[in-house]
Amino acid sequence: MALTLGLLSARDLRRRLALGLDLRTGPFRFLIRSRREDVARGLERLYPDFPLEVDGFRDFHVRVDAVAGLRRCYKPQCNFWHDEHAPFKPLPLNHAFPLLEWGMNWCIAGYAQHYLMLHAAVLERRGRAVILPGDPGAGKSTLTAALALSGWRLLSDEITLIDREDGHIVPLARPISLKNQSIALIREAFPEAVIGDTALDTHKGSVAHLRPPPISVARMGEKARPAHIVFPRWRAEATARLTRHSKADAFIHAATHGFNYSLLGRLGFELNAALIDACACWDFEYSRLEDALAAFEELVA
Amino acid sequence: MNPACAAFLLALREPRAMAGFDARTWDKVVRQARAAGLLGRLGARAAGFHERLPPAVWRHLEAALTLAEQQCRAVHWELAQLSRDLEGIAGPVVLLKGAAYAAADLPPAAGRLFTDIDLLLPRAQLDATEAALMLGGWISSPHDAYDLRYFREWMHELPPMQHIRRQTWLDVHHNLLPESARRRTRPGLILAASTPLPGFPRFSIPAPVDLVLHSATHLFHEGEWQHGLRDLVDLDALLRAYGGEPAFWGRLLERARTLNLGRPLYYALRYARRLLHTPVPEEAIANCPERPSSLSAAVMDVLFLPAFACAHAECRGLLTRPAAFVLYVRSHWLRMPLHLLLPHLLRKALKPEGK
Repeated sequence: MALTLGLLSARDLRRRLALGLDLRTGPFRFLIRSRREDVARGLERLYPDFPLEVDGFRDFHVRVDAVAGLRRCYKPQCNFWHDEHAPFKPLPLNHAFPLLEWGMNWCIAGYAQHYLMLHAAVLERRGRAVILPGDPGAGKSTLTAALALSGWRLLSDEITLIDREDGHIVPLARPISLKNQSIALIREAFPEAVIGDTALDTHKGSVAHLRPPPISVARMGEKARPAHIVFPRWRAEATARLTRHSKADAFIHAATHGFNYSLLGRLGFELNAALIDACACWDFEYSRLEDALAAFEELVA
Repeated sequence: MNPACAAFLLALREPRAMAGFDARTWDKVVRQARAAGLLGRLGARAAGFHERLPPAVWRHLEAALTLAEQQCRAVHWELAQLSRDLEGIAGPVVLLKGAAYAAADLPPAAGRLFTDIDLLLPRAQLDATEAALMLGGWISSPHDAYDLRYFREWMHELPPMQHIRRQTWLDVHHNLLPESARRRTRPGLILAASTPLPGFPRFSIPAPVDLVLHSATHLFHEGEWQHGLRDLVDLDALLRAYGGEPAFWGRLLERARTLNLGRPLYYALRYARRLLHTPVPEEAIANCPERPSSLSAAVMDVLFLPAFACAHAECRGLLTRPAAFVLYVRSHWLRMPLHLLLPHLLRKALKPEGK
């Protein structure tokens, strides 16, 4: 049986993390280094089902640690390094774990030009993937979390990867980033959900990550066929309702909200067009999570 | 050079060798190549036999190659826009370095990444060009009065310009070397020998010998060595492409003498041959104008060889940082006489941030 992160003892995990923890998420291997206790705790709580690898080729060598120097004494800070390069400004020390998550997203979004990458969540049920492009505040992450906790397979919360060979969706199965009110909302609706520490006052407000369901992680090697694109919108008192969204508009939206649509040139156009052809496109308005779950169930019935 | 980058250099010299690298070697080579700006180059060289590379590795090479191809398309588009802005300018507008390789589809273009577009034009056209570019939406980055004087009186280029909408960076040169530099060359001869570029109505490219001499001059007067190896790879590709013709080498040496660029050419030939095994005839090295004494060549080896390896920690040795510092100081020494240089460095040291 493959070694998973959850099989390591607490001490072993911290020892490995200091030297480089070799973690696989979907098609990528990250060599993660950190001496931060909150990073170790976050990985322990949110990544227990992820396989560990040994030696060989790693896609990204990353590190999150305290910034050295005088800043250690006054309002200490942490930073993220990809290999030798620090792409972000330092953050307060207690944001180390979300910083690791953002840094890992940055690596994928910046370097995985092998895929067409959309800024969207994606889940699968009965062999059919549903893509959720969401503008900030549309309730995308809340909906993604609720679906993942209700039997849907989580493929990705932030970045939808489209394989350039067959147009299918490649899972990452990483933790879902919950913000502000949705942290309490998910805790209340799903008491069994495992949620990491809450980082307060980040640039996105309060942030906490939800552990992906073990079955999603176990199946992160299996691609999924795209079937629906749903633009969700939460509105107080709204009745859950799916209405058709124009395909032309969905195309433009996917193109402009992609990470690398124009970078891929003709290939980007072709992959995007094939994706829109393969999918039914919907607007979805809702106010209550249970209605949303029922509506999504019908989509793949 | 540090043995840690032996595999990376081997990949640059003999691309086929990449098929034999194990995963552990790739774990270093991909990072070294990315830091040196050469990952796309490796991608271009491996494209013909990529099925023999580990799929996880090829993904990164192909991704970098995809980025390079997009940048090449973007440069073509940008040049089409620029040729409209520069329609009214008299005299040749010559593309240099990356833009020249991309527009003329020269061997260094394959998989190469860009940072900006470099132009060379007659000094007399500078003011008209700057005005035309500003009308086209190109603006100079903010500079204080000192910076402006630095560029306009002493440098060989205008302050870098950026297009307000497309964000592209543009460097407009009127010379290869700063006005204040110790070494003087003759940019007029390069402009006169340039040839119009088919498909790009407003632009010309330098003659092959001048492409080599400009690339060499740029590299060996440089103070920042992050892209040193990439520039040497450009030179290697040019020399391999043109060097097959026997008359080329004689013309190159003659041109170096005329343009007073013998020393940078000597270094280019020496290090291209040494690090990338570029086929440079023995006579070309022996007859190179301004060939340094063997003692001074040995001193320069101590500086240049570590500097070529400075892009990634895995390649850096004990000598890298001191060598990089000495080369940084040297680049300023070459750029300005002491009575200008000392106040300039003092000013840069005291100014909190930026240029």
